[in-house]
Amino acid sequence: MWTVLSYASWGISIVLALWMLYDWFKIDTTFSEEVLTSSREGELEAVSEKHRI
Amino acid sequence: MTIALEPAVHGDKVSLLRVLGPAHVWALGVGIVLVGEFTGWNFAADKGGALAALIVCWVVGLLYTSVAMIDSEVTSTVAAAGGQYAQAKHIVGPLMAFNVALFLVFAYTMLEVSDAILLGDTIVAKAGVEGLNHNAFIAATIVTLAWLNYRGVLMTLNVNFVITAVAYVSIVILFFSVSPWTQGAVLKLNELVTPGNALPYGWIGVIAAFQFGIWYYLGIEGTTQAAEEVRSPARSLPYGTMAGMITLLIAAAMTWYVCASMMPWEYLGTTYYPLWDAAKLTGSPLLENLLFIATLLAALASANGCINDAARAWFSLGRDRYLPSWFAAVHPKYRTPYRSILFLLPIALAFAFIADLNQAITFSILSGVLQYTFMSINIMMFRKKWPLGSIRRGYTHPFHPLPAIVLFCLCVVTFFAIFLGFGSQLIAMVAFYFLISLWFHFYRYKFVRRGAQFTMPWPKPQGY
Repeated sequence: MWTVLSYASWGISIVLALWMLYDWFKIDTTFSEEVLTSSREGELEAVSEKHRI
Repeated sequence: MTIALEPAVHGDKVSLLRVLGPAHVWALGVGIVLVGEFTGWNFAADKGGALAALIVCWVVGLLYTSVAMIDSEVTSTVAAAGGQYAQAKHIVGPLMAFNVALFLVFAYTMLEVSDAILLGDTIVAKAGVEGLNHNAFIAATIVTLAWLNYRGVLMTLNVNFVITAVAYVSIVILFFSVSPWTQGAVLKLNELVTPGNALPYGWIGVIAAFQFGIWYYLGIEGTTQAAEEVRSPARSLPYGTMAGMITLLIAAAMTWYVCASMMPWEYLGTTYYPLWDAAKLTGSPLLENLLFIATLLAALASANGCINDAARAWFSLGRDRYLPSWFAAVHPKYRTPYRSILFLLPIALAFAFIADLNQAITFSILSGVLQYTFMSINIMMFRKKWPLGSIRRGYTHPFHPLPAIVLFCLCVVTFFAIFLGFGSQLIAMVAFYFLISLWFHFYRYKFVRRGAQFTMPWPKPQGY
């Protein structure tokens, strides 16, 4: 069982790593660098944030 | 309560998401630290005996209470991702800030590495299968937690809250299962800790034990990294941090009492699993399995919080162009510093595969103590430049400057203790920070937007 768990751990690691790499590529090619790096220290969250309670 | 994450990009701005409350701050701080009760603190017994482990539990507790009080005051005023980095930038200056950010990244990344190694080793020890390697479990831990952090801070810290609470409750269950009110039945403190063996190496053993006494509380200051993502920094950060410190003081006392009452100091000081071993000694399979699972959960919670904190510190450096601004990207959907998370992922994996647990722990502790030393100086400068009443503070810590002086003195003692055990690593680390400071001062600082990095709307400091 532990050996199977070990192989499953490698599998999960590879799948999640590939997913993050895919998402990274998708985001970086969809949005401009100006938008992605537009965060500024000290700025409060935009008031338009929509919270559904 | 559900929170819609759809409206990610507000015009041309995207920033971290303010969704956290005091419980998340508690989960971040206690989650990072609690693993130290499951392993680490007990090596203090090897350095100075069981009583030394108790003495440092309280004295180092004083150090960290000072850290929590000082941190709560400054962070409730400088509420920005990067925590102590943002504090240093505004109060001391850019070079100090650059160093502090590196202390943070090193302390948390090395702690994450230690947690992953611990988790892998614990599973291998439980399995008892010939040839089973810990690398698969290390990889799964680091990658899965990085993925969780990548996907959003709210879910990350919700998970941390649950697993930290389960691990904490397991310590409480173990404590009450061994009838702590009676000696002789299960607990044998008066037989195991006697006047003859309480301090086998005398008071120098107590000093040497400081190095591992740090493990009772290492990382509680990580709560400040959430400053830009909590809904009310002035309220949540002091409340979550101080509640976390109280929680940890109770856990540390219970852990010492149970373990010192069940194991001789010679064994206690060398085992990697003091609480799990204590559970085994009760003879209850239920407790044994509970503490095995709790050890794994504590390691997971710690690594999870460390990824969160290291990524925020790295992200902040990029945002101020102390490092390339490429690292300052925020994911437009998940609102996390995704490039910083991804950049630090292979570094953590590489260290976890090649480093040994003791080395990783030592580098983490060293960076942590350097940071605490800075904090004692930082609060003195903060109070001098902006006295009470000159700016709005979310929390004002009492007895100033006593906590700062206590913190500084205890840091000096801890440096001496580290020098006794790991002198060459201490010198190597100080040399590294010196060289990287030269690089920053003579090369990198010209890329920094000097005016834009100071963002707090404060009056001019007194005397300027």
